[in-house]
Amino acid sequence: MTEALDQFRAETRAWLEENCPAEMRTPPKSEKETTWGGRNPEYAHPDQKVWLDRMASRGWTVPDWPSAYGGGGLSPAETKILREELKAIKARNPLNSFGISMLGPALLKYGTEEQKLEHLPKIARGEIRWCQGYSEPNAGSDLAGLQTSAEDKGDHFLVNGQKVWTSYADKADWIFCLVRTDKTVKQAGISFLLFDMASPGVSTKPILLISGNSPFCETFFDNVEVPKGNLLGTLNKGWDVAKYLLGHEREMISGFGLGGSGKDPLVEAARKGVDPILRAQIALFQVRSKAFTAMSEKFIDELKAGQAHPAQPSMMKYYGTELNKARHELQMTAGGSDALEWESEASHQGAAARTWLRTKANSIEGGTSEVQLNIIAKRILDLPS
Amino acid sequence: MPLYLNDDQTMLRDTAKDFVASEAPVSHMRALRDANDATGFSRPLWKQFAEMGFTGILIPEAEGGLGLGHVEAGVVLEEIGRNLSPSPFLATAVAAVEALKGTAAAAVWYPGILSGETVAALAIDEGAKHNGRIAMQAQRAGNGFRLTGAKQFVTHGHVADLLLVAAKTENGTTLFAVPNDADRLTVTPERLADSSIAAHLQFDGVEVDADAVIGEVDQGDAPLARLLAAGRTGASAEMVGVGGGAMDMTVSYLKERKQFGVAIGSFQALQHRAAHLYSEMEVARAAVLKAQQLLDAGLDAAEAVAVAKAMTGLATTLAVQEGVQMHGGIGMTDEFDIGFFMKRARVLAEMFGDTNFHANALAEAAGY
Repeated sequence: MTEALDQFRAETRAWLEENCPAEMRTPPKSEKETTWGGRNPEYAHPDQKVWLDRMASRGWTVPDWPSAYGGGGLSPAETKILREELKAIKARNPLNSFGISMLGPALLKYGTEEQKLEHLPKIARGEIRWCQGYSEPNAGSDLAGLQTSAEDKGDHFLVNGQKVWTSYADKADWIFCLVRTDKTVKQAGISFLLFDMASPGVSTKPILLISGNSPFCETFFDNVEVPKGNLLGTLNKGWDVAKYLLGHEREMISGFGLGGSGKDPLVEAARKGVDPILRAQIALFQVRSKAFTAMSEKFIDELKAGQAHPAQPSMMKYYGTELNKARHELQMTAGGSDALEWESEASHQGAAARTWLRTKANSIEGGTSEVQLNIIAKRILDLPS
Repeated sequence: MPLYLNDDQTMLRDTAKDFVASEAPVSHMRALRDANDATGFSRPLWKQFAEMGFTGILIPEAEGGLGLGHVEAGVVLEEIGRNLSPSPFLATAVAAVEALKGTAAAAVWYPGILSGETVAALAIDEGAKHNGRIAMQAQRAGNGFRLTGAKQFVTHGHVADLLLVAAKTENGTTLFAVPNDADRLTVTPERLADSSIAAHLQFDGVEVDADAVIGEVDQGDAPLARLLAAGRTGASAEMVGVGGGAMDMTVSYLKERKQFGVAIGSFQALQHRAAHLYSEMEVARAAVLKAQQLLDAGLDAAEAVAVAKAMTGLATTLAVQEGVQMHGGIGMTDEFDIGFFMKRARVLAEMFGDTNFHANALAEAAGY
């Protein structure tokens, strides 16, 4: 067993050494160098595509998915080794994807064989970029109050309504979307639909944020026809799928608190010299940050062994996002007036300031910190309503 | 190695949980305190620890122990913490055993530790804050050494059979095993806020033989590093028990206590604070297990140990403060146990370096 794993590690290391381009072992220089794939992929550096294609060819964009669906078919132990080896060479994530982090697990659990074969391989290879249609103008923390409707028209659903905070909806190819299929009940009247963003009647409008960027959109559905076969799970049982998927989203967002695999910019800044009070603040932040790294490892190990409390992702999401906000506050303080520059070449077009502002959404999106605390209080601590 | 307890460790935890809760619950500590007990712990209980095999957890099998690791020692320490059980376990069966490991002195002291006869105390600190500085001198004198200087915060130092003393020798640091009835050694026990007893030791030319040296002369940094890594990790595990115990007690109280006709745990203001506390305790627990596993694997654990001690300091301090506050007025009374948790957490947080000490160490190691 150990011998086989040692061999797997050696082979993996050799393959990565051979196949991970040098440029992909450096941190992305800007958000543009993040690989998202899709029908109209954007690559700021040509090696992004090389790295994605090589990893996808082995199914290693999704190492623990079955190989029949484009995954690597690796065991939990092998997956962990692959991640360790990727981290050791500071490799970039070959593919950022809501299809991988959010929809994939839900498809694996709730999808029909046909749906799995249709969608999962395209996700694994980065061919289709997905977005998530959850929040609505009047359904934020109270997500189950959503009103976007899907009317049964015999052979198809007719979808009407509006979503908001749809990440990268303007760039996505498909959407996984919560819709109301029964208006008489709340959670039990929600269904989970998958459809093509190129369908007639779908339109998107990017929202300008405090960061000056527009990663989120308003998404409008005006008589969009969706085939019946695009229902994921059972009719009116979409809330179960949504909750399952939210758990995975929270895991992903909780990873934000971990910092990158390369040099820690906060430590770099501290090394250049900061006042003693900021030094102390950074040191105390590092205590929590490094402890949370151990927590993340523990959480993933427990998850794989089926030992994690089902509501533990809420704790991870809460802690990781609050930590990330704290990190960027410290980075802004350490950066001083350099970090305030919004457009200059030297500041990479205001990367520090824009990222700082972007992180403020971490504790709002995917369920606010307050919602996570409610969940921990009720489901883990069993406190009364 | 996955970052959770394996089956054997879980079994040991269940055994330790039952044993400590039944033999040394918080009421045991309270009874010792109320009796103004001069020893600071129960010798019969220490014997029972030995009979359970606990004192041999970190002693190699070849030397009669169980040959287990810091994870297993931590499992016992967490229960000691949860029950606030006064015990020489941390200093004797964890820190001293690790310091002695692989030295000639191990054969002298391990049998007594295994049988529950021997109690060890750690004479490391010389000032009110743990800082790693050693001013105590050990000068060559005949066949041995003469020790001059002072130590403080020596838990159980007034009754320990074995004092581990760090001193400066000609070309470095040396760790000594000193019997506590040595001539020219003045031992002054002081009761601390948590009712435990720690001693001030005054060495006025205390003479010891050459065989009192643990390891080699001038090479004390290695056993001292083992002692501190084990002590810090162990104190962290005990703190997870103290913080976890305080949190559990507080969450139970939130469900029982009624005001305005409802359980106060239904108030969101308290729910959010309790949930935040849970998160901090979980993160601290993970940091401790990480440090224990690295030590057991023989890997570089310096950073993980510092993180564990610093993080448990933060989380447990929060746990006991929230504990007293959420109990309201009753939390301020001596009759109720929650205050004991606050006192014990404060003592453990100070032991082997507090959160600030270890955060500073992390900063220095990272080059800032």
